[in-house]
Amino acid sequence: MKASVIVFPGSNCDRDAAVVLKSVMGHAPAMVWHGDSELPKSDLIVLPGGFSYGDYLRSGAMAAHSPVMREVVSRARAGTPVLGICNGFQVLTEAGLLPGVLMRNATLRFICKDVLLKVERNDTGFARHYQEGEVVRFPVANKDGSYFADDATLDRLEGENRVAFRYCDASGAVTADANTNGSCRNIAGIYNKTGTVLGLMPHPERLADAALSGTDGTKMFASLVEAIH
Amino acid sequence: MSGAAGAAQKAEAISDELVAEHGISPDEYAVLLKELGREPTITELGIFSVMWSEHCSYKSSRVWLKTLPTTGPHVIFGPGENAGVVDLGDGLAAVFKMESHNHPSYIEPYQGAGTGVGGIMRDVFTMGARPVANMNALRFGAPEHAKTRHLVAGVVSGIGDYGNCMGVPTVGGETNFDARYNENILVNAMCVGLIDANRIFTSAAKGVGLPVVYVGSKTGRDGIHGATMASAEFDEASEEKRPTVQVGDPFTEKLLLEACLELMAEDAIVGIQDMGAAGLTSSSVEMADKGGVGLMLDLDHVPTRETAMTAYEMLLSESQERMLMVLKPGVEPIAERIFTKWELDFAVIGKTTDTGHLVVRHGGEEKADIPLAALAHAAPMYERPWVPKPKQETIAPSDVPAPDSILGALEPLMGSPHLSSRRWIYEQYDHMVMNDTVQRPGGDAAVVRVHGTEKGLAISCDVTPRYCSADPHEGAKQAVAECWRNLTATGAKPLAITDCLNFGNPERPEIMGEFVGAVQGMAEACNALDFPVVSGNVSLYNETNGVGIPPTPAVGGIGLIDNIDDMTGIALKSDGDFLLMLGEQTGHLGQSTYMQVMLDRLEGAPPPVDLNAEQRTGDLVRTLINDGAVLAVHDVSDGGLLVAVAEMALAGGKGVALEAGPDNIPAHAAWFGEDQGRYVVAVSPGKAEAVFRAGADANVPVGALGTIGGDTITLPGEDALPLATLRAAHEAWLPDFMAQG
Repeated sequence: MKASVIVFPGSNCDRDAAVVLKSVMGHAPAMVWHGDSELPKSDLIVLPGGFSYGDYLRSGAMAAHSPVMREVVSRARAGTPVLGICNGFQVLTEAGLLPGVLMRNATLRFICKDVLLKVERNDTGFARHYQEGEVVRFPVANKDGSYFADDATLDRLEGENRVAFRYCDASGAVTADANTNGSCRNIAGIYNKTGTVLGLMPHPERLADAALSGTDGTKMFASLVEAIH
Repeated sequence: MSGAAGAAQKAEAISDELVAEHGISPDEYAVLLKELGREPTITELGIFSVMWSEHCSYKSSRVWLKTLPTTGPHVIFGPGENAGVVDLGDGLAAVFKMESHNHPSYIEPYQGAGTGVGGIMRDVFTMGARPVANMNALRFGAPEHAKTRHLVAGVVSGIGDYGNCMGVPTVGGETNFDARYNENILVNAMCVGLIDANRIFTSAAKGVGLPVVYVGSKTGRDGIHGATMASAEFDEASEEKRPTVQVGDPFTEKLLLEACLELMAEDAIVGIQDMGAAGLTSSSVEMADKGGVGLMLDLDHVPTRETAMTAYEMLLSESQERMLMVLKPGVEPIAERIFTKWELDFAVIGKTTDTGHLVVRHGGEEKADIPLAALAHAAPMYERPWVPKPKQETIAPSDVPAPDSILGALEPLMGSPHLSSRRWIYEQYDHMVMNDTVQRPGGDAAVVRVHGTEKGLAISCDVTPRYCSADPHEGAKQAVAECWRNLTATGAKPLAITDCLNFGNPERPEIMGEFVGAVQGMAEACNALDFPVVSGNVSLYNETNGVGIPPTPAVGGIGLIDNIDDMTGIALKSDGDFLLMLGEQTGHLGQSTYMQVMLDRLEGAPPPVDLNAEQRTGDLVRTLINDGAVLAVHDVSDGGLLVAVAEMALAGGKGVALEAGPDNIPAHAAWFGEDQGRYVVAVSPGKAEAVFRAGADANVPVGALGTIGGDTITLPGEDALPLATLRAAHEAWLPDFMAQG
């Protein structure tokens, strides 16, 4: 399995993603500079977290126009799995691969803490090691993490079973209290139509190491390795 | 534009007023004239004013700073470089420093605090280290003060936005509220980096004829005379100084970090220095002086973002995210390629010379020609007169009223501004990025794994201003000891400290007496605990209209954990385990949080620190941790023993059935007294006997406190206190406070 991590100016979770990918794949992913127009052959493309272009203009807006993104979009449309985490999710929405937009958190503040998520489906390459309805713990770390789309889009996403994760409480109940950033319908992550592009605000790569007090994130990467092989 | 800079546009002659506006005293000006052998140009006057400012020259503090211990077997670089460096073994070293950004943060909290964080990270990566953890020590005014909420919000979001964007975790810190900081908040930022011990970069520009290169952001007019501002008291007009506060751009700093580390991997750099306080002036003087060379700068090549900047303005600008480096001959193309990739400005702005002078040209004219020795070594040094602070009487426990019930007092204490949870603050900091934060904020010390190894670095920032205010000597000793204790509580071996010495106006003998007492107390503790000072900063003139802050010698320490699997935290783990206390108890209530919160009194001598007992107890605790004998450890500090127990209970979500306290000490003094050198540990029942025995062997008192279990804290004869009630009180205060107004 070959994975590529795209590095934008201001990416800062690129190393974290690479460390986890190496631990599950057994070898390091390619680190691809945003200015490259060539993208190596990849079975998985990861857009990491961070502050590409300092979040200037809008989170993810400028990175979406990087030279390498033309190739990322075309590979995604051809079916290569793409995982966008945090800023990577913002880039995916700005690049038109996923609908909606990430707005300023309802608290108007940066939020860094573990949150609980309900796994909405497990029939994708990203989630096959999870149970449907399982509650998992991933950290969030963002200021612009509140998912927004108009009602028609949200209805369509739900109708097409494209919600990947929702913020929930310990029992799996999707409540207003659990929705710390004010996302529409508690949405934490969504898929494209084919379930091959996933964007999510929480960071699965941050709890994929027993020394870091949790490993719920490991299953996502293990799922990908298994699905791709 | 500051008044002085404005004057620079038109004034030719150097008037007495102009000299005074530059913060240079008549005596200092006489020295300047002698060193220069003529009247300075306005540009030269500006250069002298910043280099001789308190902030850059340490003229009031240097004589005393020399008395601090700065060496040790693992110290690679002590004070004098951009940051201190200590050996971690296996070819790795830690680079760390703490610095103040107090004055700017009061005037413009968001930018002031953010650029403080940016500046300290630059100090660390200038040496070739990758920053791996940030911490901060914050002092705000009373919660009731009209500006406090605005300052807390601005400072916290400024620190967060800068560190978060850089992708460096902010792993902890401390925050106090005290009316004596109403007009002078303190923002002390610490950064720790990791480096290959064989690839440490310094600022010395050794060699003649080498290119001097400017990289990073363009130069603007922001921050002109920031160093001078930080060397004066505030008055009503201070808020007009907003233009002297720098504006931060963490995105550019992230690019600068990556570009510098990329260039450092090549064999290209002779010396490198970030442009911090006093910008281009101080960085070039530092590099030339350390390298024993002269420097010729041609300001026509300096990248600027404003038009018609004068030499004076360019030299004194404190625009952020800039670096100065001296390169090996012929490597400019490599450097230019890297900086172009990262979209940063790159310009050759001068060369090293053999003149021993700093020569500055601009627009074809020579604007300055100063012997470097005059700037670096002829700076004034003062032995300011000082008077020791009178000692206060020790208050007997029996002279302090007891509460109606012990557990009844615990709840308001834990919910007070002084002891309430800082979650509202640290959740605004990305404390997990880099995936090595193995102990998150909220414990005794944060621990970050040394990337790719089993080792951990424990980091803690400490000082108790109310103790220092009552007795600067004993208070500063306590700050060092508490930091050492916090590191020890994780299982780490404490290595070294950085300090940030925040005081009022040193020209007042009583303030200078506080400074002297604190330095002496720190030196005593550092010597006793083998805990040298390897870097630091002094911030004086934290004073408004003649009222100074409490002496606040903040200490930032690091310690090494050989294997993070052996590390301990404060969270209680298993029902049925025993809770024990290690250390001596007398029930010292003077200057305690109990008196402050419950009685609204801050009186008496602070608790004394017995450094021998401190070391004995700490060494025993570390041995017990390494032997796996204890499962959770917490030091006893603000609020005393019961607060320590409550914090462990909340962290683990487990209750505790406490036994009655000792007979010979009043209950409220036993539970809320702040005797130093104590730890609470959790042990499995099978190991308790061994811990008692080890205590007896090491001459450390060990006492049984109670048994872990349930969801309440209980004491004989009192109503149980549910953890949920305690947690609600503990978590509520700060968010509720920030939501008001």
